[in-house]
Amino acid sequence: MNTTAVPATGEPAVGKNSPGAARGPRRPGRTRRTALPYLLLLPALLLEILIHLLPIVIGVAMSFKELTQFYLRDWGAAPWRGLDNFRFAVDFDTPAGESLLRSFTTTCLFTVLSVGLCWLLGTAAAVFMQETFRGRGFLRALFLVPYALPVYAAVITWSFMFQRDNGLINHVLHDQLGLTDSPSFWLIGDNSFWALLIVSVWKGWPFAFLIVMAGLQNIPKELYEAGALDGAGVWQQIRKITLPSLRSVNQVLVLVLFLWTFNDFNTPFVLFGKSAPEAADLISIHIYQSSFATWNFGAGAAMSVLLLLFLLLVTGVHLFFTSRGRKATDA
Amino acid sequence: MRRNRAVASGAVAVSLLVTVTACGGGSATGDGGSNESPKTLTYWASNQGPNIEADKKILEPELKKFEQRTGIKVKLEVVPWSDLLTRIMTATTSGQGPDVLNIGNTWSASLQSTGALLPWDEKNFSKIGGKDRFVEAALGSTGTAGSDPAAVPLYSMSYALYYNKKMFADAGIEKPPATWDEMVATGKKLSKDGKWALGAEGANLSNNIHQVFVLGKQHGADFFDAEGKPDFTSDGAVAAVKQYVDFMAKDKIIAPGNAEYAQNQSLSDFAKDKTAMVLWQAAASTFKSQGMSDDEWGVAPVPVQAGAPGQGKNVNSMVAGINMAVFKNTKNLDGALEFVKFMTSDEEQKLLCKTYGSIPPVKAAQSDPAFDRPELKVLRDTLATSAEALPQVPSESQFETVVGTAVKNLFASAADGGEVTTESVKAELAKAQQQMPQQ
Repeated sequence: MNTTAVPATGEPAVGKNSPGAARGPRRPGRTRRTALPYLLLLPALLLEILIHLLPIVIGVAMSFKELTQFYLRDWGAAPWRGLDNFRFAVDFDTPAGESLLRSFTTTCLFTVLSVGLCWLLGTAAAVFMQETFRGRGFLRALFLVPYALPVYAAVITWSFMFQRDNGLINHVLHDQLGLTDSPSFWLIGDNSFWALLIVSVWKGWPFAFLIVMAGLQNIPKELYEAGALDGAGVWQQIRKITLPSLRSVNQVLVLVLFLWTFNDFNTPFVLFGKSAPEAADLISIHIYQSSFATWNFGAGAAMSVLLLLFLLLVTGVHLFFTSRGRKATDA
Repeated sequence: MRRNRAVASGAVAVSLLVTVTACGGGSATGDGGSNESPKTLTYWASNQGPNIEADKKILEPELKKFEQRTGIKVKLEVVPWSDLLTRIMTATTSGQGPDVLNIGNTWSASLQSTGALLPWDEKNFSKIGGKDRFVEAALGSTGTAGSDPAAVPLYSMSYALYYNKKMFADAGIEKPPATWDEMVATGKKLSKDGKWALGAEGANLSNNIHQVFVLGKQHGADFFDAEGKPDFTSDGAVAAVKQYVDFMAKDKIIAPGNAEYAQNQSLSDFAKDKTAMVLWQAAASTFKSQGMSDDEWGVAPVPVQAGAPGQGKNVNSMVAGINMAVFKNTKNLDGALEFVKFMTSDEEQKLLCKTYGSIPPVKAAQSDPAFDRPELKVLRDTLATSAEALPQVPSESQFETVVGTAVKNLFASAADGGEVTTESVKAELAKAQQQMPQQ
């Protein structure tokens, strides 16, 4: 994000320091003026190449190689496999392809549910917090706790709470409320999906809350006053004023939440360890297992590349529709 | 601009994902290391004690001793088990590893195949006093047969049956079971009123492997054929896995809750008189740290199949333990060898193994009276007479993951009340075998 901020603030600053001079024939100054934004951009650009682009290029190169433990030490020497790694990854008749497909659908479902719930909770809380009342500041700080806690500490605490015999969740559900006939497993079996979803939403909604709250500050009070004068109730105000005004905020929020959730590695890894139960086998863990646990780094890289393409596609489609929508409103 | 920002955040998230697998690609340097920085060493120790801080407290005085003798400063990092293998692999890829490190001895052949570890040929062994100083069984898990070992044994361990004396007395049971039939019979007497006979760590992949490997040996199965190819679905292997999971599914002597255990919770249950027996390696110090005194528990050899060795062998433990390895591209080769020599010296072996409750793989150190305690005597005899090393094949580490996961899945379904059949076990194992890398 810095990359876009630099030229925006840089350019007017130069213009202000040399009023009128820009139009004069003084070449050196002119060069400096046109070169400066690029110079300012350079460090960011270099870092971008080093930290982001280079690993992507390396990852793509790896996906075409037979990268097993025998070539780990000098992977440049690993033999080329062409598209074999990709064929291996998407051959849905073999356990590898089958489990990748299952993991992918699980991740899609998980992401839709998690992002949806995060957005819903975040928005509801932000709208609720618009009113001034006693203890609002305290509550607002409290809402942000999950966002501020270190992921590891938070998720490991959840994993203790989800333990079948000694965990708090079963203690409440089974011992105190008597909702289940016998204590349920949360960290193995099908329930693990819901356990993961709960932790993911708990961790993700404060971000939605924060962003929506910031967006709400920009809606002029007059709109609500006018709406109230015309007889719009709270629900109508939310539907007709709040949500439309938040549109562009929501578009970015949902995209970011989507990418984060789809790629989330820490939560399932801390919750389930190296091999997640089938029901909660998110794609990032799945790729990690394929690479690090079976030491088939070439196939792991191929899966990563496929995932990258998928996410680029989703992002592209999202941007296409949101930018078209925006042009229409701008016009 | 908003568009750019979204693209930027998209690119960030996406590239982070790719870096999960792409972790740089350092090129290999020449074989055998150098002596560019003879005054320092980096040492990755595995977590042996109750926690990382305890390990530091135990090891740091020894490292000081080494520094005083040789002038070489050793920088210590204690690495938790869950991270160790990944850390070693990352170090292998980048070439930026420690000089000396601990490895789980079952990984020896796998790590050997990466070519990152210094081979222990005659010459290197002679610098630490020769190969003959070490116990044969321990040397059996230092790399593939027929090639120079990739590591040197540091601490040895074997499995034994630990039993809770009070729970045995309460149930009127006089002696620990010697066969699995007796285990089931005894177990049924013990498993009632919220108490259970046997503990398991159903979600701990390595532990699962250790247990089913021993049972496999008893059923005459190896999990790998003579050429080192995976053979997970042989009758013996299926019978072994089924027998282990059936302790929960059919015999009901393991608590269903153990299916999700992976953090040694079964040892706490044992210390809290909730579980009467555990199959474990060198558990004394853990019991002590859980508040159990030494006279509250007893030790016996791990049970075997009833009725003579019949189809399989009377193997009742894997050769467990920690090896010490040197990174091939160390910048202080002489110092690294010197440090291994120090750690495997009679004196240090006695001291460290006593502290950790393990058995010295160095013969001369075993004669110390401290290792004559009943517990250690069982472990030592097992190691000397009836323990076998896990398959020393390059894909051993992958085997631990995929078969360990298969057992974990079977436990999960058993815990949910599902039936475990020969077919379902075979199907899980077949799936595991298909995930093994093709060679």
